[in-house]
Amino acid sequence: MNNVTRERVTAQFGDKILATTESFGELAFAVDKSAIVALTRFLRDDIALKYVHLSDITATDWPEREQRFEVIYHLYSYDLTEYVRFKVHVADKESVPTLTGEWDTANWLEREVFDLFGISFDGHPDLRRILLWDEFEGHPLRKDYPLTYETPQFTYNKDLPPEVIK
Amino acid sequence: MQTETMTVNLGPQHPATHGVLRVVLELDGEVVIKCTPEVGYLHTGIEKTAEAKLYYKVIPMTDRMDYLAPMSNNLGYCLAVEKLLGVEAPPKAQWARVLLTEITRLNSHLVWLGTHALDIGAMSMLLYVFREREDLLTIYEAVSGQRMMSTYFRIGGLADDLPDDFEPMVRKVLKTFPVRFQEYENILTNNRIWRNRTIGVGVISKEEAIKSGITGPMLRAAGVKHDLRKARPYSSYEKFDFEIPTQQASDCFARYQVRLEEMRQSLRIIQQAMDGMPEGRYLARVPGVVLPTKEEALFQMEAMIYHFKLVTEGFHPPKGEVYVTIESPKGELGYYIVSDGGTMPYRMRVRPPSFVNISALSKLVVGRLLADVIACIGSIDIVLGEVDR
Repeated sequence: MNNVTRERVTAQFGDKILATTESFGELAFAVDKSAIVALTRFLRDDIALKYVHLSDITATDWPEREQRFEVIYHLYSYDLTEYVRFKVHVADKESVPTLTGEWDTANWLEREVFDLFGISFDGHPDLRRILLWDEFEGHPLRKDYPLTYETPQFTYNKDLPPEVIK
Repeated sequence: MQTETMTVNLGPQHPATHGVLRVVLELDGEVVIKCTPEVGYLHTGIEKTAEAKLYYKVIPMTDRMDYLAPMSNNLGYCLAVEKLLGVEAPPKAQWARVLLTEITRLNSHLVWLGTHALDIGAMSMLLYVFREREDLLTIYEAVSGQRMMSTYFRIGGLADDLPDDFEPMVRKVLKTFPVRFQEYENILTNNRIWRNRTIGVGVISKEEAIKSGITGPMLRAAGVKHDLRKARPYSSYEKFDFEIPTQQASDCFARYQVRLEEMRQSLRIIQQAMDGMPEGRYLARVPGVVLPTKEEALFQMEAMIYHFKLVTEGFHPPKGEVYVTIESPKGELGYYIVSDGGTMPYRMRVRPPSFVNISALSKLVVGRLLADVIACIGSIDIVLGEVDR
């Protein structure tokens, strides 16, 4: 099953694909960020693939890399019953095109990535924090954000420097 | 004539929002013209915390996301780590996992039915479903010692063997529940108030539902015959015989029918799992990765050393990443785990079904009355612990 996807994606977007991996039986492509919208739309509309379900958008942080963030998309096809994974590598303060035009799911999932990683999405209609409150500073799922960092949030400690609890 | 619209905050402290969901509604008279759900009041940073815990110490945290379906959360996480390690649970553990996750499905759907009915006026239902839920929680307590946060599954199997009185308790559920479901149907299915409050309310088309990423019973009520237990069987689900109930109407009543039928199908699976429960070990025998059983740890030298090493140091899974999804009672529950070869997950991402389903709320309610918002929130079946994580 994975082979069909692999062939069609490579045939259509061969020059935009930076790497193809298949580990643990899961097919993954690293793609250029300029191609992600066209690529996912192709997968969704292609009659042989029909990856109509955008399962997840998330990110990982690798601070030692030059392009520290990986934005990760999981698509699912109800016909093939297969998942496919796409990765877009971006540097800090760099943005990614939004998928909200293709899927409504992308709205909240991208907001969550923006909230917790600080990656912004170009063209997103409503890009604001979703899980944390609006005044929150920092992006907790970045690796350089300490695990036990107490952000001041009460009137009695709002002027004190933040305290790292050991 | 006054033509201004009015903004109403529904929640976060409102019992009909099933937790701490806040919905900002813009109303024209009593008609909703704009609906913005606001989440995050219960955010506890589980994904961040998991990055600083040994792999098996993450399991208790997964219970606390969807606290009505703890075993489903455990199962998804354990399957993901097992895939990373290349470990497979022994047959008895797989059967027990299927049985217990179906009991979890019953538990989750029962609470959904009770609270949803309570929201739209059928107050007695809550008392009936909690009576039945008691039987399920007794089973939880017997296997794990806990009534809600069971933490019963382990990487490679189960925490402990099934107790001796497990079978009579399950048989009691199998015997009494079909009668109870008929009682619920007698109360609700042809009840005029129930039908008026649910039929034609919260309709979302099949195409819109797919575009909004909706999964689980909501998607099946919209006419998509899809269930990950059938489409991508995990934990030996391919060996069980059950149907996928679907409806075409895609309203609150259709979701009620789908969930009620799912509970009946769950009973079928529980029956098969109980009848065919294999004998043997409840934990895989993979030294250095899977914990030894308690007897082994007490009486065998090597097992004790492995136990000590696992508890203090943990294990090193190979580098890589896996994405494992299961059909939780709410929908598609996914775990994306990245390993950098260390003893703790480099990144653990949970794909929460409730989070994605509730994001489609505005499509269900815009143009309808304020009272229908309550019915719609109820029919989506959210648990805020999972939405906010």
